[in-house]
Amino acid sequence: MSGGDDVAVVGVGIHAFGRHDGVTGLEMGAIAARRALADAGITWQEVDFAAGGSDAAGNADTSVSILGLTGVPFINVKNGCATGGSALTTAHAMLVSGAAEVALVVGFDKHPRGAFNPLPEEWGIGSWYGETGLMLTTQFFALKIQRYMAEHGISDSTLARVAAKAFANGARNPNAWRRTPLSEDEILGARMVNHPLTQYMFCSPGEGAVALVLARGGRIKALSDKPVYLRSVAFRTRRFGSFEVFSPSIPIESAPSATTEAAAAAFEEAGIGPGDVDVAQIQDTESGAEVMHLAETGLCEHGEQEALIQSGETELGGRLPINTDGGCLACGEPIGASGLRQVHEVVLQLRGEAGEHQVPKACRVGFTQVYGAPGVSACTVLTV
Amino acid sequence: MTEARQLRLIDGDVIGCTEREPRLIGSVCGQCGTVTFPRQRSCPRCTSEDVHARELATRGELWSWTIQCFAPKAPPYLPGGVEEFEPYGVGYIELPGEVRVEARLTESDPERLRIGMPMDLTLIPVPGAPDKLTFAFEPVSEEEA
Repeated sequence: MSGGDDVAVVGVGIHAFGRHDGVTGLEMGAIAARRALADAGITWQEVDFAAGGSDAAGNADTSVSILGLTGVPFINVKNGCATGGSALTTAHAMLVSGAAEVALVVGFDKHPRGAFNPLPEEWGIGSWYGETGLMLTTQFFALKIQRYMAEHGISDSTLARVAAKAFANGARNPNAWRRTPLSEDEILGARMVNHPLTQYMFCSPGEGAVALVLARGGRIKALSDKPVYLRSVAFRTRRFGSFEVFSPSIPIESAPSATTEAAAAAFEEAGIGPGDVDVAQIQDTESGAEVMHLAETGLCEHGEQEALIQSGETELGGRLPINTDGGCLACGEPIGASGLRQVHEVVLQLRGEAGEHQVPKACRVGFTQVYGAPGVSACTVLTV
Repeated sequence: MTEARQLRLIDGDVIGCTEREPRLIGSVCGQCGTVTFPRQRSCPRCTSEDVHARELATRGELWSWTIQCFAPKAPPYLPGGVEEFEPYGVGYIELPGEVRVEARLTESDPERLRIGMPMDLTLIPVPGAPDKLTFAFEPVSEEEA
């Protein structure tokens, strides 16, 4: 099964998501890294390439002062919500090229409470945009799902069911932040944030860290008796005509989203179709994002989500379990860590080690998708 | 005395005034005709630098909307805007044949907003800076529509 060009995840580590006073983001990253190394059964000295990043918690390569000064080449990435995906893309390319044999990828973050407050100037927009009250990611997601619901017949109930599923899964995941199940009525009746999205339909900025150990070729079997193969990782920015966050205007001419293109590329490179996916983790910044990304990734048709979600097919016991660890809704959003959390969860599911949130059916193919400002997406296909 | 007070536009590169009427300033590509807002120096569609300023249409249709129910953080909002915060509408208005522009809406009642309704450009005070004006769109009155 494993050839010279194969790349596999041979170790995973996580620091619980949530709020952790007194622990820095960097320390969480180092804890996750140590756990991933222990899971792979190797020492830090055996890693010959590392990549990682955070959005708001410092330079990932500083963790060498905690992990040990081995001289390893360590590339910092900072790419919004695609930070983890970008780190993984970098490590994957280094392994495939033969420049490295064993790589560590780490993502962590620690954000203050409340919504993010990005500055327009850092996103190429004038200060008028922020002063007018338009520089909010929550607005974008609300505007996008509002239009999508009108075009594709998605109900408020379906938005609530996505959140209810997330909290039900989170309740089963010891590393999740929100572990209390909420009913559809509680979610619909909660404080309105941005119509049509209520408080419990949004994820919150939080804290957490994830690390992965990857190996190539002959090292895979030497390091792991249950490797999870990284069949592809694809990363895209937006094209003209896609509707993305922080857009003072959008063209009337429409184009596929960054997610659509990254997912299509990931499936093509893997030689695996969306129909083959057994379990998937997709960006659920809010309930509507999960609904829209389900179709953008090709996992279903546009409009099909209403029936799919209402019939429970995306729940743990369904045909296509989505965000089995509770997703961003239950785990929170430490930007640098979320993309790798998705891969971590797929690895657990494919190994059959997800414990209480293990999908009951046999899983051989997993898929992940992250999305973030200002229109970036990274997708992976993983198999056993 | 109020009338004599000088009102300033939030950004003269974004909003212009023609015969006392506000106009949004976008740009149009001389090569492919793509309209952008605000003005860009190159075309995001075809990458041409043959791009010129253009005053955009003042009437369009509501393409999508939401209500901003919590006060944005300052910065980038102004501290005074946080203090005087009331929920406000936000939408994309499709200017026919041009572009969809994101803007504040003068209407903040979700029952009175629907996709496709006609909207006109107007000016509103910047929240927290009453001597400055920013742009917004208001529903077209029924007689006028």
